[in-house]
Amino acid sequence: MWEYTDKVKDHFINPRNVGEIENPDAEAMTGSIVCGDALKLTLKINKDTEVIEDAKFQTFGCASAIASSSILTEMIKGKTLDEAKKITNKDIAMELGGLPEEKMHCSVMGMETLEKAINNYRGINVEEDEHDEGAIICKCFGVTDTKIKRAIRENNLTTVDEITFYTKAGGGCGACKVKLEDILNEELAERERAQKNAPLTTVQKIKKIEEAIETVINPMLKMDGGSCKLIDIEGNIVKISFKGACSSCMASKNTLKGFVEPKIKELVDKNLEVVGV
Amino acid sequence: MSENKIIYMDNNATTRVYQEVLDAMLPYFKDQYYNPSSMYSPAGAVHKEMEKARGEVADFLGCDPIEVCFVSCGSEGDNMAIRGTIEAYPTKNHIITTRVEHPAVIETCKSLERLGYRITLLDVDNDGNINIDDLKKAINDNTAIVSIMYANNETGVIFPVKEIGEIVKNAGAVFHVDAVQAAGKLPLIMKDEPYIDMLTIAGHKIHAPKGIGALYIKKGTKLRTVQTGGHQERGRRAGTENVPYIIGLGKAASMVKAELPKFIEHTSKLRDKLEEEVLKRIKEVKINGKGAKRVSNTTNISFKNIEGEAILLLLDGYGICTSSGSACSSGTLEPSPVLQAMGVPFEYAHSSTRFSLSLDNTMDEIMYTADAIEKIVARLRDISPYRD
Ligand code: FES
Repeated sequence: MWEYTDKVKDHFINPRNVGEIENPDAEAMTGSIVCGDALKLTLKINKDTEVIEDAKFQTFGCASAIASSSILTEMIKGKTLDEAKKITNKDIAMELGGLPEEKMHCSVMGMETLEKAINNYRGINVEEDEHDEGAIICKCFGVTDTKIKRAIRENNLTTVDEITFYTKAGGGCGACKVKLEDILNEELAERERAQKNAPLTTVQKIKKIEEAIETVINPMLKMDGGSCKLIDIEGNIVKISFKGACSSCMASKNTLKGFVEPKIKELVDKNLEVVGV
Repeated sequence: MSENKIIYMDNNATTRVYQEVLDAMLPYFKDQYYNPSSMYSPAGAVHKEMEKARGEVADFLGCDPIEVCFVSCGSEGDNMAIRGTIEAYPTKNHIITTRVEHPAVIETCKSLERLGYRITLLDVDNDGNINIDDLKKAINDNTAIVSIMYANNETGVIFPVKEIGEIVKNAGAVFHVDAVQAAGKLPLIMKDEPYIDMLTIAGHKIHAPKGIGALYIKKGTKLRTVQTGGHQERGRRAGTENVPYIIGLGKAASMVKAELPKFIEHTSKLRDKLEEEVLKRIKEVKINGKGAKRVSNTTNISFKNIEGEAILLLLDGYGICTSSGSACSSGTLEPSPVLQAMGVPFEYAHSSTRFSLSLDNTMDEIMYTADAIEKIVARLRDISPYRD
């Protein structure tokens, strides 16, 4: 028998906001019938304020999947998209008074669906986004390395079992467990290095910059129809070129110094300087 | 039906210990505490009662008392049969079993596979039946043992033990049958089934307590001792006998044997009614294994597009105890290997719910349960994003 908190039980037995909004401003679905759980989220969003005025869900899944979806709709109603975007799976689990560790993937499903819905509203092509998001590591559950790394970082995971609890990767045939271990070790080494604050090698810098561009910067630029790419790096000078709408846009300089550079400083190394080429 | 009554429909997981069984056991915890192996007369009296219980179990299995070896549980019986046979036939290195066995058998085979043994897992069809030709093709001079279950724990599907047994005997291999889910549900008469070399039963599935079982070992069967030490159980299993539980198993065996015809009649009537009501009231339902021969007390039902743990917990809210083959309720992430082996589609496999009945269940409980299922399925389908 699973140990569920009263709040989980309450939201499972009396789920809030069940259903589908007609003509939603944003919608998203994650999961599949094969994996054993799926969530569909529909949102009504105020065009001027970007406030989520209504949220409804439909879930196929176990008690904690239903409860996670239900509480998520409660949490996001009345929030702006920017505020809602900050909600992590940990927040969802915390709001429920905790979830059994084996069930953490239910909260991850909530977070992912919300992100997908917001991207959908902002016109970011979700399918394409998913495509360049990373390589599939776990075939049984279709989990990418990006998702695994993110779960490790955001939840401070330290074992392969925990990765399974949070992402389901490794919970099927088990064939991917060796790869999970490799990713975990890489992340743990990275975490240790970051704690010691050792300077990055050039290769590490390149890897991290490319990752930042792929996962954070380009998704934002894509909203305006553009994207950027790392060309070279010399010491602490990062050379970047813009593509699409950005390259011809008068505001590209602002984009560079006002958005790309601060992001790269934040995510990679504060000593870096970004120039356009 | 009152709200706080417990409706127990999980008898394939465990059964209620009969009062008479408990009463029979109690003296052996207190005054009759002697070690049956000791030489003085009070111990001799305990020994005699223990042998009487062996006789009751032998009677239940239609075999000779010296063919009954007491073990601690079904899993131990299965381990002992498979590992003991492997050790007894050092030149053979092949084991045959099926994909739908209990973990006590599958995991034992897998651990032997790591030691270099070759394992054949026979497939089953959509109804849960094996194909006899697969067995004929797989079996050879190298096959030490074939281990299959009499009845499946999840679906109740009965394997054709006689047909299998004859093939196994012709090939010169040892035949072990895991009858944990058949005991108390089908007549087991070993003297009429001479092709069975070993057969496992577990006490807690037949109204004795957990922690006791028996392995039938046909006279003349070559088996190495897995648990070494003292000379108990004719040297086949070392360890001081668990006297109170052995007494309990004997008592339960004789009671369950006597009520078997009533059990079959009663549970098949209730089971059929439950299936009929569910099929009548709910669309897109699958009864897993319905096309095969099944034991009378078990039904395994899947409801399209919903998930089993949610069903189980909502049934619990009605006081109804069942179990589920869903991934989420088992702590793994994949649905039941038994249903997967049967090729049950995913939109059904995640929701499989097992109802396993006993003589304690009533027709009122069946109707109450049918009502509850109807409401629960409607409700969960309402929440589900999948619908047709
Ligand atoms: S590939 Fe990851 S569990 Fe099968």
